[in-house]
Amino acid sequence: MSVAAEPFLQHHFTTAEQQADAGKIGMWLFLVTEILLFGGLFVGFAIMQGLHPEAFLQAHRHLDRTLGFINTVVLLSSSYTMVMAVWSAQNERRKRLIVYLLLTIAFAGVFLGIKYIEYSHKFHEGLLPGRFYHHAGDTVPGQFMFFSFYFMMTGLHGLHILGGIVAISWVLRRAIRGDFSHKYYTPVDLVGLYWHLVDVIWIYLFPLLYLIK
Amino acid sequence: MNAWIRSIIMPAQGTAYAGQVDGLWLFLIWVTVFFFLLVAGLVTYFVFKYRRRGPNDRTPNITHHTGLEVAWTLIPLALVILIFFWGFRSYMEAQVSPAGALEIQVTAKKWVWQFEYPDGTRSINELHVPLGKPVKLVMTSEDVIHSFFVPTFRLKQDVVPGVYTQLWFQASEPGVHRLLCTQYCGRGHSDMGGKIFVDNEKKYSDWLENGGDAGKNMPLAQLGALLYQSHGCQTCHSLDGTRGEGPSFKGVFGHEVKLSDGKSVLADENYVRESILLPQAKIVAGFGPIMPTFQGMLREREIQALIEFVKEQK
Amino acid sequence: MEPNYLSTPRGLKSWLTTVDHKRIGVMYLASILFAFFLGGVFAILIRIELLTPGRTIMSAETYNRVFTLHGAIMIFLFIIPSIPASLGNFVLPLMLGAKDVAFPRLNLASYYIYVAGALLAVGAMVTGGVDTGWTFYTPYSTTTNSSVGLMTLAAFVLGFSSIFTGINFIATIHKLRAPGMSWFKMPLFAWGIYATAIIQVLATPVLGITLLLILMERVFSIGIFNPQLGGDPILFQHFFWFYSHPAVYIMILPGMAIISEVIPVFSRKTIFGYKAIAYSSIAIAAVSFLVWGHHMFVSGQSQLANAIFSFLTFLVAIPSGVKVFNWIATMYKGSISLEAPMLYAISFLLLFAIGGLTGLFLGALAVDVHLHDTYFVVAHFHFVMMGGTVMAFLAGLHYWWPKMFGRTYSEKWARVAAALIFVGFNVTFLSQFVLGSRGMPRRYYNYLDQFQPLHVFSTVGSWILALGFFIMAGYLWVSLRKPCDAPANPWGAVGLEWQTGSPPPEHNFEHVPLVTHGPYDYSQPVSEPEEVQA
Repeated sequence: MSVAAEPFLQHHFTTAEQQADAGKIGMWLFLVTEILLFGGLFVGFAIMQGLHPEAFLQAHRHLDRTLGFINTVVLLSSSYTMVMAVWSAQNERRKRLIVYLLLTIAFAGVFLGIKYIEYSHKFHEGLLPGRFYHHAGDTVPGQFMFFSFYFMMTGLHGLHILGGIVAISWVLRRAIRGDFSHKYYTPVDLVGLYWHLVDVIWIYLFPLLYLIK
Repeated sequence: MNAWIRSIIMPAQGTAYAGQVDGLWLFLIWVTVFFFLLVAGLVTYFVFKYRRRGPNDRTPNITHHTGLEVAWTLIPLALVILIFFWGFRSYMEAQVSPAGALEIQVTAKKWVWQFEYPDGTRSINELHVPLGKPVKLVMTSEDVIHSFFVPTFRLKQDVVPGVYTQLWFQASEPGVHRLLCTQYCGRGHSDMGGKIFVDNEKKYSDWLENGGDAGKNMPLAQLGALLYQSHGCQTCHSLDGTRGEGPSFKGVFGHEVKLSDGKSVLADENYVRESILLPQAKIVAGFGPIMPTFQGMLREREIQALIEFVKEQK
Repeated sequence: MEPNYLSTPRGLKSWLTTVDHKRIGVMYLASILFAFFLGGVFAILIRIELLTPGRTIMSAETYNRVFTLHGAIMIFLFIIPSIPASLGNFVLPLMLGAKDVAFPRLNLASYYIYVAGALLAVGAMVTGGVDTGWTFYTPYSTTTNSSVGLMTLAAFVLGFSSIFTGINFIATIHKLRAPGMSWFKMPLFAWGIYATAIIQVLATPVLGITLLLILMERVFSIGIFNPQLGGDPILFQHFFWFYSHPAVYIMILPGMAIISEVIPVFSRKTIFGYKAIAYSSIAIAAVSFLVWGHHMFVSGQSQLANAIFSFLTFLVAIPSGVKVFNWIATMYKGSISLEAPMLYAISFLLLFAIGGLTGLFLGALAVDVHLHDTYFVVAHFHFVMMGGTVMAFLAGLHYWWPKMFGRTYSEKWARVAAALIFVGFNVTFLSQFVLGSRGMPRRYYNYLDQFQPLHVFSTVGSWILALGFFIMAGYLWVSLRKPCDAPANPWGAVGLEWQTGSPPPEHNFEHVPLVTHGPYDYSQPVSEPEEVQA
């Protein structure tokens, strides 16, 4: 079979479809592991919140809901541009693919930028995890625990955003090189799936951390 | 036969409940023996009977037998469900203490057991309980997780910092029972043992009155040596010069001791006494302020005994 | 000898950058065998120390590090990867008729991640070791000043190696079976690996987050497990065992998978109850996630939780029993030959039976209260992990050795080693059931004088075991130095891996095999490899 007919087909697969299906299975399984990884933190948070409801309620008031909301919109937009990137790859619209990938990276950058602003504010106020917590004037003790989780969960999520930027940049490079066609766009597809999961995790994080009642 | 198995495998029975547990335990041993002999027997028999005779042996194409699958699924299932209920019933008996049980507070700390009785008496590493009466232990830890294990009672309960856990029993024979820590807790884990003394009524109330003075007529230094072991001093203070969590007693008495604040002090009777009752007052240089106080847990004579004992360590 | 995956391509670089599942399997094999040796050295040291009640050759602090490292190395560096990463990697694609696993580059990454984790573990060892026990219970693990950080980091990294292997195998089994190989025409080894992979993917991330939380607790005092800060030390146990219980099925399922291969071959008879065994594997994987609390019966957990966990624990025992009966039934009216692989398979049957049956004692609440954290538990898990998994691993190693390396080994010396290992194992560990029953706690440096005779007996057993393994190392090494002398199908086995050379060529098969019959069809005598066409 010629390269043009079966682009990037690895030697142990017989058809491009088989290879793409295998890739899909692999990525979905990886996403399941990510859900379980974050799930552990969610469970830990829920249990600690159950043990210290007042402290968590007080502590979360230091979070800026507006910024959090903006970030949610930003990530949702980035998911949209990612979907459009996959569509573009599948429909061989190379220029659009490149634009949408760039937009996705841009949105991710904005997200991290806003996170940086939020983190700076926390550092300034002494709202730090565990034993580094030194916020003055707390009426309810134990708020350091909330910030332990805040930083762990948003930090781990932020690392995943960073990883996503790297992955999308790699896909972008391949897109510029012209690797993708309607026969082969699996990397875009799979990175897209990953990106959607990172978005979904934020959709759970935002209300959990920012909108406790 | 059962008695023989029990004598090899099981510790003595210190309570009626222990006997109950042993009943299930023995049943499980027989179940194990039966199934193991079945497996081993069949395997051995087949290996002989069906050994390969030549390179062209033909074997029947037996792929499955639904009836057998059902049988060897359902019969073991019934058996394990029986075992579950038996184990659960017995377990619940040990979990629910009768009303009016005598409550004793237990505090575990690396690496001693501290007991406090309702009348305020305190003891270390030795627990005294009345014969034939239900006793409930309310337990917590001051540091890491420990576990209170009495093999002859067939009882065990983790002792956790920040919460209270419970254990109850009713001793049925007078005597002495071993207590062992059974949740790994660091260097002194295997030294964190104790004894449970089951006393008849008179002996028990005597003990509470006098704090159970076993060493009433013992020479002081000998009593001191006993206390050194029973109250856990040995887990941190060696007698041969080896450095532990605390300084060795060897050659200490009568000499100058360097303290962590730079001062020096003579290690005389007052120094030893203060070290036992107010251990944080003077810390030897190079050691941490971790020794627990024995205030209220030693009779005057016992303190004197320990002083004499330390004096002897040249 | 024909060119094969060992000989071509040549050069160290070709090995270090290989994406060939067979080469990766061999590299894993060498690594896990080394880990086993290291863990074994620590075991011998433990047993020497326990010859006498007080100090024998080391202090209590050293002893606590030695038993922790023995556990951590054996579990994270040896047994979890062992069968899947070495034998599984090598054999799975071959027996499915595939040219490689689904993601060969991920496979290589998996291996290098394993190496990175191993180096971190070595780092923890040389910076003073860890003294928490491999279970890292809090608050001890979050407050002790041994190298807990490095070791938890090592285990975290190793977890990814395990996860990636699991992802790879699931995708391989779904998409790379040869034409005609439906799910129920797949060898049972693949079913076992599949069930294992499911657990690897679902359970390991939870371990990952648990280890991360210990690290955060140590560095930041986040408070989650610290009662003084409002946390819950028992929460750690829930998190930890949620992974670590399914982990023990990661250990045993591949072993069972090998037994399902070896017994039919050496009984020259089709497997009895194929579907029962396949479904049992999946059932074990599923129920394994529901029983973690049986490690915590005396932790202070509620009575209701204890009852539920005890009940489910008994349920998970049933499918394992079903498998044992099916394997024995396979031997019925078979044509049984006792070469080394079969000797180990039979050892497995006997020793796993004891291991599994003693699990009943531990699942029964009232009896577990007495036996928990004693040597009874130590004996139980060594019977299932060593008497079970290691015996099965050795069966598989001896079974596939000629295929992997193209060389035979000395059957005579293999039998000597197998006998020594079987005897040595029983002497070492049977006595520990008695020790534990009589009240000897685990992780004890010092012990009551009355326990000494049994400890001495157990230690002597460990020396017999060690001798057996040294002899095995000897004849296997000699085997590797010989020229290739193994035929394609030395055991007369049915299965696609035997339809290609020993060792196999680089791309496994000349043509994609077409599967027309089941994997255990011994209705015809098996001799030379059949010609298969795409």
